[in-house]
Amino acid sequence: MRTEADGGYSMEAAHMLAASLAVNPAVNAVPARSQMGSSLGFHIILACFGIAFAAVVMTAEWIGIKRGDAAAMLLARRWSKVMAVLVAVGAVSGTVLSYEMGLLWPGLMGRFGAAIGFPFSMEGIFFFLEAIFVGVYLYGWQRLPPWAHWWSGMPIVVFGILGALSVVAANSWMNSPAGFTLSHGKLTRVDPVSVFFNAATPYETTHMILAAYMVAGFLIAGVYAVGLLRGRRDRYHRLGFAIPFTIGGIAAPLQVIMGDIIARFIASNQPVKFAAMEYVAKTSRNVPEWLGGIFINGKVYFGAAIPSFDSILVGFSPHTRVIGWDSVPASQRPPLVTLIHLSFDLMVGIGFFLLALAAWQGWWWWFHRRLLVTPWFLVPCALSGVAAVAAMEAGWVVTEVGRQPWIVYKVLLVSNAVTPSGGVTVTLGMMLVLYAILTVVSIGVPMIMSRRWRRGTPADEETEQVPYGPSPSGAGATAGRPRAR
Amino acid sequence: MSPSADTTAVATILVVVIAAYALFGGADFGGGIWDLVAGGAERGARPRELIDESITPVWEANHVWLVFILVLLWTAFPPAFADIMTALFVPLSLSALGIVLRGVGFAFRHTAERLRMRQLTGALFAAASLITPFFMGTAVGAVVTGQVPVHPTGNALAAWTSPTALLTGFLFVAACAYISAIYLVAEARQRRHFELTRYFAVRATAAGVVTGALAGGTFAELSASAPHVYAGLTGRSLPLVAISIAAGIAVLVMLWVHWYHPVVLRATAAIAVATVVFGWGLAQYPYLFPDSLTLAAGSAPTATLIAELVVAGLAVLLVVPGFLLLYSLQQRHLLTETGTDADLRRAARLEPAVPGEPAAAPASPAARLTTALLLTFLALRAIKEVFRPRSCR
Repeated sequence: MRTEADGGYSMEAAHMLAASLAVNPAVNAVPARSQMGSSLGFHIILACFGIAFAAVVMTAEWIGIKRGDAAAMLLARRWSKVMAVLVAVGAVSGTVLSYEMGLLWPGLMGRFGAAIGFPFSMEGIFFFLEAIFVGVYLYGWQRLPPWAHWWSGMPIVVFGILGALSVVAANSWMNSPAGFTLSHGKLTRVDPVSVFFNAATPYETTHMILAAYMVAGFLIAGVYAVGLLRGRRDRYHRLGFAIPFTIGGIAAPLQVIMGDIIARFIASNQPVKFAAMEYVAKTSRNVPEWLGGIFINGKVYFGAAIPSFDSILVGFSPHTRVIGWDSVPASQRPPLVTLIHLSFDLMVGIGFFLLALAAWQGWWWWFHRRLLVTPWFLVPCALSGVAAVAAMEAGWVVTEVGRQPWIVYKVLLVSNAVTPSGGVTVTLGMMLVLYAILTVVSIGVPMIMSRRWRRGTPADEETEQVPYGPSPSGAGATAGRPRAR
Repeated sequence: MSPSADTTAVATILVVVIAAYALFGGADFGGGIWDLVAGGAERGARPRELIDESITPVWEANHVWLVFILVLLWTAFPPAFADIMTALFVPLSLSALGIVLRGVGFAFRHTAERLRMRQLTGALFAAASLITPFFMGTAVGAVVTGQVPVHPTGNALAAWTSPTALLTGFLFVAACAYISAIYLVAEARQRRHFELTRYFAVRATAAGVVTGALAGGTFAELSASAPHVYAGLTGRSLPLVAISIAAGIAVLVMLWVHWYHPVVLRATAAIAVATVVFGWGLAQYPYLFPDSLTLAAGSAPTATLIAELVVAGLAVLLVVPGFLLLYSLQQRHLLTETGTDADLRRAARLEPAVPGEPAAAPASPAARLTTALLLTFLALRAIKEVFRPRSCR
């Protein structure tokens, strides 16, 4: 296998390592996985805004400058404030995640920290830069000439994408480990470049970056779809809907194509995960494609099968042989195949739903040059953001649960990576409560802000204080010596 | 066995990043502590406002330093990271919890509209500012005293509850309050709030004295509990310790004579804190865990260390210009030719709502009924199809 050649380690060594470490009954595995899953599942939504929000803001600003459009400009200003709040909350939840890497998975970090750490280091730098330029962008309003200010926001877009690339590269390394040598279970040689650019990196990173653009685009568009539905049909709300919807709508078809390519890659790179995604119990030809369905004792209930279609999707021919989960012993198969399969179906289904919405508006725009504002279109649009989030979460469930029981595919078992310390159930409980509050914060703060924008006076808006932004009293601006410009 | 040059270089960077977190993140925590003790809603309003204004621009971004510490530790010294995280699971979980609580409190207190809610979130923020540095301090104390075992099999409760560790926890809290009070003195001075300058000068003096006393106490405690580090601090780190003491006294003198030069005051206090961190790092050399795990034994393969050095170089190359740009913008006055938010609002509202959009004609009742019937029929067919169990191949 390719990864083995690249990694320079052998399967025997991996199994030896896995066997020699089986000291702990790993009672912590389930609570630790739950804690990691919930905090990651929360953070990833904020991360989407960190990655993609800047592009939405800058499109609005571009229209604002180019056409002298005050509504677009106002949108850009307000969005930049919301972006700052979300980046700040994301900084908090991201910090907690780096803690959890060690608190929950010392067995992974102690053994493979030297390999997986490099992409994380890159991510740290890119996030730092992103946060600095969010500050530059916020301070730059009214302090820089319009186009100079527009360009000062460009680094947020670039570093956002590079940061996503780095951190997802770390995850793809866990799916497709490469760039290291093990001897006697100890890491002796690391090739950071091969770690970063492992076989799965190009697929996973593209998938996630497109997903981020879809989540951010459709969620923001959804807010303004609600406004349009309530009868606020001014230019401000139309643009507020059209700009993010267009960005999400461009990402949607690319994502559907990319998803198809990635599924084929998984079929060859992680066949057992693919088998769980598609209910392939036995390695065979003419494999049907299951839509929905619950897998119980070798039978699929409540599912619809398209004959031979899975084989066609994998190899463009009904005779393509698809590897089933019978290819590995039961102990190496992922649990909860039904969850994996249904999550996969949900993700794909929502992907097509969002594609259809984008196509509908695209069609209307092509023939009528007008925004579609019927409730038939706007109600699904209002829900599109939530749907995009659900699709992304489902996708992470597929890739993470589908990799089980491995934390590093075919190299390290989850049960050997989990912490032996007591108290994981307690921290899980506390984290769940805190993240529920944090969710309220990240939804509540922008909502309160928008209510103030609608009801407050212009002066109130002028003195609004946001993270990374200038202080309202203008003290920051007047503290220094006056500078001639 | 002395560590290789690249190991030493990465370890040095780690200590520098820890010092940066102490100076920047520490000041944030300290701000929360002063917020906590500022008194009732009315009395504490003005100091709270100043604290708010000096923290908000970098809201929680200073945790980036902490992320760098964690990432550097797990990348360059993986076994040490795994052992610390396992043995010190409890205090580190609590400090992470504090970080989340702080974020929640801080985000909400700006948007919370009712006073009660503001007070509640403010208290949350302030309490979390105490928890986080305290438990981080106990964790550092556990490492310094060599109480973190190599390959721990679970929590090491005794490691972080030893007198030295607890003292270190209190020292961290005091140091955060100290550094923050100094910054706030300088900040108030720059804004010409003379009353607040005096307010924080008094508190900075008190915090300075307490921090000094706690540092002395911890130092005395180390002689028994951490002989290696104690020997280092009184040996090769002695010049750094001396600088720290001198700087600390210099700050107190400046406060005593009311000489609040913003730059000199801040720099001297920063030196007092940073030299202690450097002194600790140098005293502990060449150990990650004194007497049980050396830097050489705990370090990652060479290629990883080189990669980390490259990343650090890249960081300096990219982050410094970014910071300079941000700083220059902060000093710059508002341009008059670009509109304010208020101008934009006026302009956007003046624009009439786009007319002529024909309201979508509602579908006729017959069409609606047909659609509903069709959908019901399809749904029933689908359900019927689905409920037929089949075998999976």
